[in-house]
Amino acid sequence: MDVILLQILNGLDKGSAYALIALGLTLIFGTLGVVNFAHGALFMIGAFCAVTLQKFLSLSHTVIDESQTDFLGNPLKVEMRYIEDWFGPEIGGGIVEWSVPLSVLFAIPVMVAVGVAMERGLIKHFYHRPHADQILVTFGLAIVLQEIIKYFFGANPIPTPAPAALAGSIDLGVMIGFEVNEIVYPLWRMVYFAFAAVIIGAVFAFLQFTTFGMVVRAGMADRETVGLLGINIDRRFTIMFGIAAAVAGLAGVMYTPINPPNYHMGMDFLVLSFVVVVVGGMGSLPGAVLAGFLLGILESFASTTWATTTIPGINQVIIYLVAIVVLLTRPRGLMGRKGVMED
Amino acid sequence: MFGLNKKDGLLFLVVIAITLLAPFLLNPFPEGSGMAQFNAGYPDLLQRFAIYGIFAIGFNILFGLTGYLSFGHAAFLGVGSYAAVWMFKLFTYNVVPAIAFAVIIAAIFSVLIGYISLRRSGIYFAILTLAFAQMSFALAYSVLSNPKFNLTNGETGLQVYSNDLQMFHRTGLPDMPHIFGLSVRASYELELGGWSFTFNVGYYLCALIMLIAFYFAIRLFRSPFGMMLRAIKSNNTRMTYTGLNAKPYALAAFVISGMYAGLAGGLLAAMDPLAGAERMFWTASGEVVLMTILGGAGTLIGPVLGAGLIKYMENIVSKINDNVLHQWFAFLPDGMEDAVVALIHPFVGKGWHLTLGMIFVLVVIFLPGGLVEGGQRIARLFRGKKAREAEKSSQSNPAE
Repeated sequence: MDVILLQILNGLDKGSAYALIALGLTLIFGTLGVVNFAHGALFMIGAFCAVTLQKFLSLSHTVIDESQTDFLGNPLKVEMRYIEDWFGPEIGGGIVEWSVPLSVLFAIPVMVAVGVAMERGLIKHFYHRPHADQILVTFGLAIVLQEIIKYFFGANPIPTPAPAALAGSIDLGVMIGFEVNEIVYPLWRMVYFAFAAVIIGAVFAFLQFTTFGMVVRAGMADRETVGLLGINIDRRFTIMFGIAAAVAGLAGVMYTPINPPNYHMGMDFLVLSFVVVVVGGMGSLPGAVLAGFLLGILESFASTTWATTTIPGINQVIIYLVAIVVLLTRPRGLMGRKGVMED
Repeated sequence: MFGLNKKDGLLFLVVIAITLLAPFLLNPFPEGSGMAQFNAGYPDLLQRFAIYGIFAIGFNILFGLTGYLSFGHAAFLGVGSYAAVWMFKLFTYNVVPAIAFAVIIAAIFSVLIGYISLRRSGIYFAILTLAFAQMSFALAYSVLSNPKFNLTNGETGLQVYSNDLQMFHRTGLPDMPHIFGLSVRASYELELGGWSFTFNVGYYLCALIMLIAFYFAIRLFRSPFGMMLRAIKSNNTRMTYTGLNAKPYALAAFVISGMYAGLAGGLLAAMDPLAGAERMFWTASGEVVLMTILGGAGTLIGPVLGAGLIKYMENIVSKINDNVLHQWFAFLPDGMEDAVVALIHPFVGKGWHLTLGMIFVLVVIFLPGGLVEGGQRIARLFRGKKAREAEKSSQSNPAE
């Protein structure tokens, strides 16, 4: 029982990342009908928003501290962060330490801007081209974005730690009546899951309960009619692209403490996210979320020693196997709608 | 000639000439001159041109003709490489059986994967092939290299060791891949004034096979079978309405193109008896897509051009560093020189992928037909207005 629970928990954080990226992909696909291969790159740019903010906050200058001396007896030179100068060591240090959660605020406008720029600048011209062309141009764009990030940040992973208060692990088992140390879980992964749940909830609430969301949903169902009613549906869809980009970016920001970001992290997630979207059903938002969590949990179950000794390597291929089986038996995916990408 | 019409025959002759004279043509700069680093006429790179040319020609048969975009074609290349190296390990270093075996294994693989993947089309097909390729990569990388059953040798890559079986290996034969005793690394150097040309056995083997592959592709493009594949691309639904089943044709195209990939993989292993899982990684599949689109999907010569361009950039543009740039722009005033170098720096050397990505995006946006379409447009510009009008009137409008 405790093993099962632990594996479910382990699957949640990866599942959250898959679900968030797949949600963004589906939003773009459902609204604009574009297959966005650059979505992984958006995830990566989000992660690098966190890196940028951390670097920015840690900008420092050297001051001479008279009260301390180095081993030669000279006054010690200390690296002083500007932010500590301005806010004092207490608050300044706190801000630096909490840079990853703070990056969320920084990343939202950046990602929306990137998304809107991408849609207006490039993807707009591809609505009426075949899906293969859309795949190709976004694939090329992903390479370009990836190389730009590599140029500025180098090829090595950059560690971006979580705040100390959230970096430890908690003993979840004790809370629900297990022995001590049976279910120990890193705290940040809980945070990540909660964060993902909030974002997913917010996106759904936005689509369900606002007028804007209603129009967008109507546009997803029948774009032409909504346009004929005198609503500028293109602008709304552009904004949705921005939102989808922000969702991917936020997924990236919060993922940095789990996995130090490098320039090709987006591509690694993208392939799996596409599989998730297809399993969930093209164009179905709940399907994307459901499939994201399902596959994440399935993957973590397949990584247990028991599973890997029974069928060696199952953890590497389980997601692809599931995708193949689903595509062949339920071509529309788990929750795909009729009439969306049926060919 | 060769059963080709005049235009195709001419194209084929030009390709033969270029391929056979490549060690001359791609070495235009004298040894030791500043431009010598742009010489692409060394055996390693020449072999790659030919091998990836084969790979791209094969991919084009699937994508260019039927429109099915496979994002997992590198799996067949990797499988072919593994098969060839196993042939070296078990039997002989002779490349002929190794390459044949690579093609056969790749064919079996592509029948399996194609049969399943072709049940869907469009984006689903792309993702299914991608999933299969990633699965093969994961299996080759970790699972199939456990001590009990070491098929791929994991991260190290499969290679030939001295204690391998090699049943038909005799002492007189070279200890590396060879064609009936003639080592693929044997070369003949020709010094001509300041120039030095290398004629390599391996390259001419690859070139010969590429020419055969190219000839086969031309015949296939012009055959009724090729027409059928084009029909799948242009309107699959209508084709089904006429009572034809498109699936077997698409599967045949998939298998042929998988065999081309296997052939390329076998040749890669024959030039350097080493096979690693990274050849199957999905970026490798992406690369062949880039080559085909860049050159011009659906055209005969396009994929070869694209493969050449990408391999050239990978090997030559990636070598340009700041020192070289400073040398080039030494004629500019100092401040301007630094500015120009700083401007170009991100695009060359390690950043060549950026250049590649940008070229690719631009080609997809403005030149969906690739370099070949670009060439045609330029040619049309130079031809007079008269010729253009004549062309227009002679074009038959398809009945709709």
